[in-house]
Amino acid sequence: MSFVLLEDGTRFDGEAVGAPEAVTGEVVFNTAMSGYQESVTDPSYARQLITFTYPHIGNYGVSEAAMESDRIHARAVIMRDARNHTRGAERGWLDWLRDGGIPAITGVDTRALVRHIRDAGSMRGGVFVDDTDEAAAAAAIAAEPAMSGLDLAREVTPSEPLELAATNGSRGPTIALIDTGVKSSIVSSLRARGARLQIHPCTSDADAILAGSPHAVMLVNGPGDPAALDYLVEQVRRLVGRLPMFGVCLGHQLLCRAVGLETYKLRFGHRGANHPVKDLTTGRIEITSQNHGFAVIGPGGEHTIEDDRPVRWETDFGTAELTHINLYDRTVEGLRLPEARASTVQYHPEAGPGPHDALHLFDRFIEAIGA
Amino acid sequence: MPRRDDIHRILILGSGPIVIGQAAEFDYSGAQACKVLAEEGYEVILVNSNPATIMTDPEFATATYIEPLLPGPVTKVIERERPDALLPTLGGQTALNLAKALHEDGTLERLGVELIGADYEAIRRAEDRELFRETMISAGLRVPRSATATTLADALEHIDEIGLPAIVRPAFTLGGQGGGIARSREDYGRIVAGGIAASPIGQVLIEESVLGWGEFELEVMRDRNDNVVIVCSIENVDPMGVHTGDSVTVAPQQTLSDETYQRLRDQAIAVIRAVGVETGGSNVQFAVNPESGEIVVIEMNPRVSRSSALASKATGFPIAKIAARLAVGYALEEIANDITRATPASFEPTIDYVVVKWPRFAFEKFHGVDADLTTHMKSVGEAMAIGRTFGQAFLKAMRSRELDVAADLDVSLETLLERVARAGASRFDELLEALRRGASLETLAQATSIDPWFLRELEALARSPEAAFAGVRSYRSVDTCAGEFPATTPYHYSAWERPAPDGSARHEIARGERPSVVILGSGPNRIGQGIEFDYCCVHAAMTVRASGRDAVMINCNPETVSTDYDTSDRLYFEPLTLEDVLAVVELEAPEGVIVQFGGQTPLRLAAGLERAGVRLLGTSVDSIDAAEDRGRFGELLERLGFQAPPYATARTLEEALEAADTVGYPLLVRPSYVLGGRAMEIVYARADLENYLRRSATAPDGREIFLDHFLENAIEVDVDALCDGRDVVIGGIMQHVEEAGIHSGDSACVLPPHSLGAEMLDQIREQTRGIALALHVVGLLNVQFAVISRPAGAELYVIEANPRASRTVPFVSKAVGRPLAKLACSLMLGETLASLGLPSELMSGRFVAVKEAVLPFNRFLGADTLLGPEMRSTGEVMGVAADFPTAFAKAQAAAGAALPSSGTVFVTVTDSDKAAGAGLAAQLHDLGFAIVATSGTADAIERMGVPVRKLRKVADGSPHVVDAIAGGEVDLVINTPTGSGARSDGWEIRRAAVARGIPCITTLSGGQAAARAISAARQGEPQVVSLQELHRTP
Repeated sequence: MSFVLLEDGTRFDGEAVGAPEAVTGEVVFNTAMSGYQESVTDPSYARQLITFTYPHIGNYGVSEAAMESDRIHARAVIMRDARNHTRGAERGWLDWLRDGGIPAITGVDTRALVRHIRDAGSMRGGVFVDDTDEAAAAAAIAAEPAMSGLDLAREVTPSEPLELAATNGSRGPTIALIDTGVKSSIVSSLRARGARLQIHPCTSDADAILAGSPHAVMLVNGPGDPAALDYLVEQVRRLVGRLPMFGVCLGHQLLCRAVGLETYKLRFGHRGANHPVKDLTTGRIEITSQNHGFAVIGPGGEHTIEDDRPVRWETDFGTAELTHINLYDRTVEGLRLPEARASTVQYHPEAGPGPHDALHLFDRFIEAIGA
Repeated sequence: MPRRDDIHRILILGSGPIVIGQAAEFDYSGAQACKVLAEEGYEVILVNSNPATIMTDPEFATATYIEPLLPGPVTKVIERERPDALLPTLGGQTALNLAKALHEDGTLERLGVELIGADYEAIRRAEDRELFRETMISAGLRVPRSATATTLADALEHIDEIGLPAIVRPAFTLGGQGGGIARSREDYGRIVAGGIAASPIGQVLIEESVLGWGEFELEVMRDRNDNVVIVCSIENVDPMGVHTGDSVTVAPQQTLSDETYQRLRDQAIAVIRAVGVETGGSNVQFAVNPESGEIVVIEMNPRVSRSSALASKATGFPIAKIAARLAVGYALEEIANDITRATPASFEPTIDYVVVKWPRFAFEKFHGVDADLTTHMKSVGEAMAIGRTFGQAFLKAMRSRELDVAADLDVSLETLLERVARAGASRFDELLEALRRGASLETLAQATSIDPWFLRELEALARSPEAAFAGVRSYRSVDTCAGEFPATTPYHYSAWERPAPDGSARHEIARGERPSVVILGSGPNRIGQGIEFDYCCVHAAMTVRASGRDAVMINCNPETVSTDYDTSDRLYFEPLTLEDVLAVVELEAPEGVIVQFGGQTPLRLAAGLERAGVRLLGTSVDSIDAAEDRGRFGELLERLGFQAPPYATARTLEEALEAADTVGYPLLVRPSYVLGGRAMEIVYARADLENYLRRSATAPDGREIFLDHFLENAIEVDVDALCDGRDVVIGGIMQHVEEAGIHSGDSACVLPPHSLGAEMLDQIREQTRGIALALHVVGLLNVQFAVISRPAGAELYVIEANPRASRTVPFVSKAVGRPLAKLACSLMLGETLASLGLPSELMSGRFVAVKEAVLPFNRFLGADTLLGPEMRSTGEVMGVAADFPTAFAKAQAAAGAALPSSGTVFVTVTDSDKAAGAGLAAQLHDLGFAIVATSGTADAIERMGVPVRKLRKVADGSPHVVDAIAGGEVDLVINTPTGSGARSDGWEIRRAAVARGIPCITTLSGGQAAARAISAARQGEPQVVSLQELHRTP
C-alpha cells in the first residue's frame, strides 16, 4: 500500500502511479480544476507536494505549450482519480510524471486531506510507496526542513544571465528580470508586448543589472520564504526609484520588504484559480490565479485590510499604498509606489494556469515604462 | 451604494405551466428571487398562471396573481398594482417575451415601469438572431456562418454559402421548438417552412452545421460594476446536434485544457458585456472543434435558465438569488457566499466532485413520434447526481432516472451501433451494452462523435461498474470552494472513498441533537409526476421545520425548490432508491420518514423501508396497499356499502377475456401500479381487448391487469381530503370538465363543482369520509368518483382512492386558501384536525377556480392529440373568476389555447354526439362564428337551421378539411373521436390544428364549456384578482 503521511501522523492511503520513490516536502493543495501541468512545472512549487482538489487530473494529457519551466518542480502529486489520457496531447500525464521521476499517488481521499490541512495548516509530509514502514516514513518527514526560513530561489535561479528578444516584432523597452524561479507565462507575456528581457540570476548585484541599461525591472515569482532573501531585498532597495518596477508573487513580497514591510506564513496558503482580488484604487475585482504560502503584513502590523481604501504611508521611496486585497481573507495583494513608478501584485496576472482577468497589468507596466 | 431606494414595488413574472423546455427550474429561481426581494424590503407583485408552484404561495409576495401570462392580464395587474420595476429574467423565455411585448406596446413606459436585470435592448441583442450575430462579430467573436430568412425563397438563396447539413432554428421559441437539422435539400425546405411557422416573429436562423463538435456552456454573472464571474462550466457528453436539455451533461467541463477553457471564459465574459446584460446571470453556449480547438459562440440566454438551475445545484452558488440582489443594485462583492458565509459572492466556485445530469424522456406516452434526439428538446425532466468521480456520478444519475420502461438491449450489436449513432433516449444504455459486448472505442467515437475521454470512462464502467463504488459510502458537502473554507450549509451527497485508517467513513454531516424527519422527494419530473409533488414535499419540509424538528430532504431533481439547500435543514442530493435512502436513514436516525408527498417514487419504497424497520409517518403501508389492491379495496367499499363499477383482475390473456364478459364492456384496462394512466385504454369489444393485451398489457413479469367497467358519459369528480384517523375535513371537491375516461391529469376541472346538486355533494362528502376513516388515513386522501345521470336520479360510483398527496393538492390549496400539504404534514407529525382549528368546509363558494392541463403536442407532432385515459400533460394552469365561464376562459388563455372571439369553427363529431354537437354549433353561430363541418355533422347542424359550409374529408381529395386548417381558414376545432388510429381523418385534423396552433377541443363537454367561455369573454378583458384578496376573510 502506498500512502501520504503528514508530520502530525495523519495518513491517507492510495496507489502509486508516478515514479516509484518516496519523497518528502511541504504538503499543499491547489483548488484549480484544470492546469495541472502548468502547476507542477511552476518553480514556485519547489519542495512541495501538490494535492489537487479536483478528482480527475490528467484528463487532457500534457503538451509542450503548457510548460511553465523546463521541468517539473513539484516534488510529488497527490490525486483522487488520476487519468493518463493522451488525445490531442503529446504525452500521457502519468507517463510524463514517471519520466520526470516524480512520485504520484492516486485514489487518495484528497478532500479529507485538504480539510485536514485547511484546519491544521500546511505541513511537512511525504508520499511513500510499497508498504514503507510508517516509522521510517515519519523519520524521513522529520528530517525535511520546514518551509519557513528557506531560501529556495537560489535552487531554481539560472546560473548565467540570458537575453531574450521580443516576440511581437516591435522594439519595446528592455526589462531586467531578476529570476527567482520565473514562470514561462511571465516571460512570454512581456515578450509578446514588445519587451526585450535581460534575465538575471537572483544573486545578481544591482550594479550588474543596471549595467545592461534596462528601462525597467521585473520581479517575479519563486519558491521558499521571502524572509530568507535579505540579499535580494537589499539589491531591490538599490533599484527602486531608479527604474520603473513591476513585481509578481515573490516579487511583490520582495518589494514590500524593500519598503520595510514584513512577511508571514499563511496557514495553508492561496493556491488556485478562483480567488477574488479587489483593486482598491479602481474598485475592480479580478478573479486571479494564485500560488503563495507567504503574505505581506501591512505597515501597522495588520494581517488583513478591513477597509476598502488603500492604506497609505511614507517610505524611503515616497508614498506607498497597499492597492489590492484578497476578498476571501482580506490579506494584502498589491503595493504601489507612485513616485518610484513601482507596483506589485501578490497573484499571477500571467495566468498559466488560470483566468486572464489581470493580463492588463502587463500592458500597464509597459505603458508606465514608456511614460 | 448597495440597495436601490428609488424603487419599492417590483413585478416578477413566472414562467407559467410546466412545458417541455420550461419546467420547475423557474419555480426554484422565482421563489428564490421573491424571498430575497422581500428580505430586502421590497414589495413583490407576482404573476404566474401555474398554481403548482411554491412562488405562488401567498406568503412569497405582497400580491400574487394567478393570471394568464399574456399582455392583457399583465397590463391589468400593472394598472392595479403600479410597480416601479419589472424583473423579467426569472421566468424563462415566457417572462422575457412578455416583458418585450409590454415594452413594445408602450405599456411599461405609459405606466412608468423600469425593466431591471436586463433591459429591452439587451433582451433584443440576445434573442434576435441577426442582432445577436452582429453583436458577436463586432465583439470579435466567431459565430457559425449563418443567414436569417422570413420566407422559404429567402432561405433557398443561402443554402450554398452555408452548406449542408445546416441547422434551422426559429427565433423566439422555447428550447429550439420547431427547428431541426437539414441534411438534404428536401429536408431543408420542409424544416425551414416549419420553423417560420413556429416562430412568433416568423423568422428562422439557418446555420453552418457544427454537428459533432464539443458543446460547452458557461454560466456567467455580471454586476453593475462590470465585475464578471463564471459560476460553472458544463460540458455536454452528447456533442453538438443534441439539444442541451436532452443531453447528458457534466460539470465541470472535463476535456478542455486550461488554455482552451480560459479562452472560453474570456469569450463568455465578452459575450455578456457585448449583449449588455447589466446585472444578473446569463448562459453562454459554445461549440468547440475537437480537432482544431476552434471556438464558436452558439447562443446566450440573458436570464436564468435550466442550465443556471443546474449550475446552482452543481456548485452551491444560488444564481437566481444573487441575480435578484444584483438587479436591485448590489454588487457581487456586497453579497455573502451563502455556503461559507465568510467569503463574498464575487468569486468563481471550484468543485471537488463531478456532477452528471441525465434527461428523463417520456416517448412511451407518445406513440408515433420521432424519438431521435435533435436540436429540438424532447425530454420532460432531469435527474442530477453528484459523485467524487465521473463514474460515481454517471451511474448514480443513471439510476436516478427511475425509468418506467427499461431500454431494450436485447438486440444485435449492429442494431445497438445503429441506435447510438442516431441518438435516442436510451443511447447511453445502448452504448454501455455495446461496450460490454466489445465494441471498440474507435467505432463508437466514429458513430457518436462523443469525446474519447467519456468513451473511455464509459468503457471502464461497462467493464466493472462496481469499481466506481470501491471503498465506503461517505457523505460529503457541496461547499463552492473544494474544502478551502468551512461550509456552514448542509448540502450533501454520498461519495465512495477509502475509509480512514480507523475504518471510519469521514462523513461531513453535522447531525445535531434535534429529532429529524426525512422527506422523500419525487425524483425527475415525468408525465404524471411533476412539480405538484415537489410543491408538497417543500410544504412538508416547512412544516417539519416549524414543528421544531430538522427537515431532511432526499431528492435528485436539480430543477426543484425541494433541492434548494434553503428548503430543508439538511439536503441529501441522492437517487431515490431503497439502498440510497436507507443509507441516509441509517446516518440520520430520524423520527420517521414521509413517503406521502413525492408521488409514486417514495411510495414504491414504502414497503421496503418498513421491512427495514423504518418508521413511516402518516398513513400506514398496509392502508396504502388496501387502497391500491383492487381486491382489498373492493371489499372495503362493499363493507361501506359504496358503489363501484364492476371490475376484475387477470394475469393472462385467457383470464382477461373471460373476466371481461363478467365485468361487461366497455372496459378500462391497465396494468397494476401505474402512474399517470400509463398504458391505460378504454376498449369497447373483445377484439379491442385482445389487441390491447397482445400489444402492451401482459407484462413479462406476470403482474396483474385491471379490468374496470367503464362508465360512459359520467361526470368525474376528484376530492382531496384530510384525515387524522378520527376526523375528516374535505379540502376541495372538483368536477371535471371532460367526461370520465379522460385521465384526471389531462382534464380541466372546476372547484367548486358547477353542475352537481347539494344532495350529490353531500353524498360525495359522506363517502370520502367513510373511505378515509376505513383506510385509517393520517394525512391526505384523494378520491375519484363518477356521477352518472340515471332516470331515477344521479348515482355515485367510487373509482379509486389514493391515500397520499395527489396532483391536485396545490391547485386546491390555492383555490381554497389553505395549505393542504402543510396541514397533512402536521397531522402526520401528531397534530389532530381538531387542534388545527379548521372550518368544516374549506371551499368558500365566493369564486370559481378552473384548472386546465397543458399538453406537449406541439413538441410531438406525430402524436395524436386525442385525450384518453393515459395521462400526457406536462403541466397545469389555473383561472380564477367570479363565474365558471370566465374562469374557464382564463384557464384556456393561460394554457396557451386562448379561445377565439370570432371567426370560423370547424365541427366534426362522432355519431352519438351529433345532436349535442349540432346544438353546440348553433350556440357558436349565435355568438357570430361561421360554422364549417364534414358532411355527417353538417347535415345534423343544418337540421338545426344553422348555416354551415361543408368541407371534404381527406379521402375525398383536396381541398379537404386538413388543407383548410393548414391554410388558416379555421380558428377553432371541435372534434370528438371517430376512431383514434393513426392516419384517420380525426388524427390528421388534430395534428393540423396543433401544427397551426389552433385550439382543438376533443370532448363535447369541453366544447360546451368553451362556448360559454367565449360568450363570457366578449364582455371584455376579465378582471384580475390577487390570491391575497381572494382569501381575505370578508
